[in-house]
Amino acid sequence: MEEFGNLLHGFSIALTLPNLLYMLVGIVLGVLIGVLPGLGGANGVAILLPLTFSMNPTSAIIMLSCIYWGALFGGAITSILFNIPGEPWSVATTFDGYPMAQQGRAAQALTAAFTSSFVGAFFAVVLITFLAPVLAKFALKFGPAEFFAVQLLTFCSFVGMSKEPPAKTIAAMMLGFALAAVGMDSVTGQLRMTYGQPELLKGFDFLIAVIGLFGIGEILLTMEEGLAFKGKSARINPKVVWQTWKELGKHWKVFLRSTAIGCWMGITPGGATPASFMGYGMARRFSKDPQSFGKGALEGVVAPETAAHAAGTSALLPMLTLGIPGSPTAAVLLGGLLIWGLQPGPMLFIEQKDFVWGLIASMYLGNLVGLLVVLTTVPWWAALLRIPFSVIAPVIIVICAIGAYTVHSSMFDVAMMLVFGVLGYLFKKLKYPLAPLVLALVLGDMSEASFRQAMLLSQGDLAIFWSNGLVGGIVLLALVMLVSPLWGIARKQLRAREYTQAK
Amino acid sequence: MTQEKGADDASVVGSRGPEVGVAAFLLAIGALVVGDSLRVGIGWADDGPRSGYFPFYIGLMLIGSSGYILVRALLSWRATRTEFATREQIGLVFAVFVPMVAYVALVAGIGIYVASFLLIAYFMRRHGRYGWPPTVAVSVAVPLAFFLVFERWFLVLLPKGPLERAFGL
Repeated sequence: MEEFGNLLHGFSIALTLPNLLYMLVGIVLGVLIGVLPGLGGANGVAILLPLTFSMNPTSAIIMLSCIYWGALFGGAITSILFNIPGEPWSVATTFDGYPMAQQGRAAQALTAAFTSSFVGAFFAVVLITFLAPVLAKFALKFGPAEFFAVQLLTFCSFVGMSKEPPAKTIAAMMLGFALAAVGMDSVTGQLRMTYGQPELLKGFDFLIAVIGLFGIGEILLTMEEGLAFKGKSARINPKVVWQTWKELGKHWKVFLRSTAIGCWMGITPGGATPASFMGYGMARRFSKDPQSFGKGALEGVVAPETAAHAAGTSALLPMLTLGIPGSPTAAVLLGGLLIWGLQPGPMLFIEQKDFVWGLIASMYLGNLVGLLVVLTTVPWWAALLRIPFSVIAPVIIVICAIGAYTVHSSMFDVAMMLVFGVLGYLFKKLKYPLAPLVLALVLGDMSEASFRQAMLLSQGDLAIFWSNGLVGGIVLLALVMLVSPLWGIARKQLRAREYTQAK
Repeated sequence: MTQEKGADDASVVGSRGPEVGVAAFLLAIGALVVGDSLRVGIGWADDGPRSGYFPFYIGLMLIGSSGYILVRALLSWRATRTEFATREQIGLVFAVFVPMVAYVALVAGIGIYVASFLLIAYFMRRHGRYGWPPTVAVSVAVPLAFFLVFERWFLVLLPKGPLERAFGL
């Protein structure tokens, strides 16, 4: 098969000494980012992105994607040992991970979490290896109308799948689109919404938004809780690892289910966080012993971690093949591709073979390296968390400021970071989702371009969006996703009416 | 965190105020977007859609969604009892936010390294209640490490001020 040849070629790129070194650096930085509050996958990658501008794109993406894997691993450490989810997708891991640590089974919980992360990611990478080339080939036939339809599907599924109120999801998304439109219109050269401010000419950079929304916003949220870290310590020895692995074999069904959920949620932009909750919920529903959940069940750690990693990894599939990221971090990586001069989308698989297959091979290796690194270095990361927040917080603020400044060497960006920080804090508190905002900000120009091209083709006739089966099908699916929250509301109202009538 | 506390409790800030504020803010942005789109033209020129063609509808949807949130929040003003945060928590948030703003202003004035030193030292003295020796050690070491990593290793230049000039950097 062609994919095997390509993959082997990819390994020959990823397995060079400098790239292995970048991988290791990426993983270590990633775990660090995952462990520290206020630094997560998305803004960690955003802060480090400017440092890679001068690197060759393949090495750069290997390092940045490894930061992402590292952050996914790192989130589990804080959840289990400290009951503090370092990342939103590890919230579900705290449900059973922390009780296990309290019972003195921290090492087992950590081993289970890391192993499930690895398994989830591994299956997702296999999926990418074989599905991505097919999808890319298929997407080559896409015209602007089809691309816009896929983007529409992405945004509509946010509205349909988000836990947050639909109106708030739409508002956050539209704010992202509006911010993306600021600056020079790339088609006509017209200035839009700059109101005579020279700083606004280049528009709002999504990197600044990500650093502010997730970094500064998170610091403000963490401070509100007045955190004092009190955690369990853990040391993992080979015997525990071996015993846990033997026990994990019995839960193969949980692995399978969570992987399927995760891959689905990653490709459709549900993201890792809902995937982890769904994985947990499903594991409890199908468990022989649902009572043990929440009290330190091993499956309760396995299920969310597998799903979160499968989702986090498979989020890269639509990013590579269609240029549509499945998660905020994938969106930041996509922004990186654009900065390095690579156009994400189906052509990437034809024009940039080394890059694509080097990246895919590095996903296999990066997750393996990640598993080994976290299994051997857990005590150090736990020790890091004992550094009080009064020292960590200002250091993270400094890191965010440096990250924001280095994007364009502009002080205006640093000030904007603060504005986005306040916005992020308010949005989090009022349950506006942040992911659609970031995705709309990244994809805004692209969506607008494909919409305008489609309109040019049809001379302004919207009928082009159902002119053939393919585009019509995607648009229909998008509309179904968009109105799906209404179904839940209708059912609730119906039940409420029955309830009042029964009274 | 206690959920039972009502918004009328003096120690708690209710969520309806911030809710209305954010929705009004989004509504204003929507109005700005629509206004400017109308200025640059939302129709067709000879060569295709004008610049305001796409943003116009974005602005409309922003107005629609935030308007809905605003109206709902205002209609249920009396019934809303959810809490935003306690006054103590808001105080803590400002205890971080105010130094943050001062820090960004200082970075523009005296460079990032001295400003970072001051920020870390302030946090450690004020919130961590550390003695002078550890405070000075950490707050000097961290900016120095960043200097080495960024200016020397990655050759990324960061804002500098009088102190760095005095050293001839």
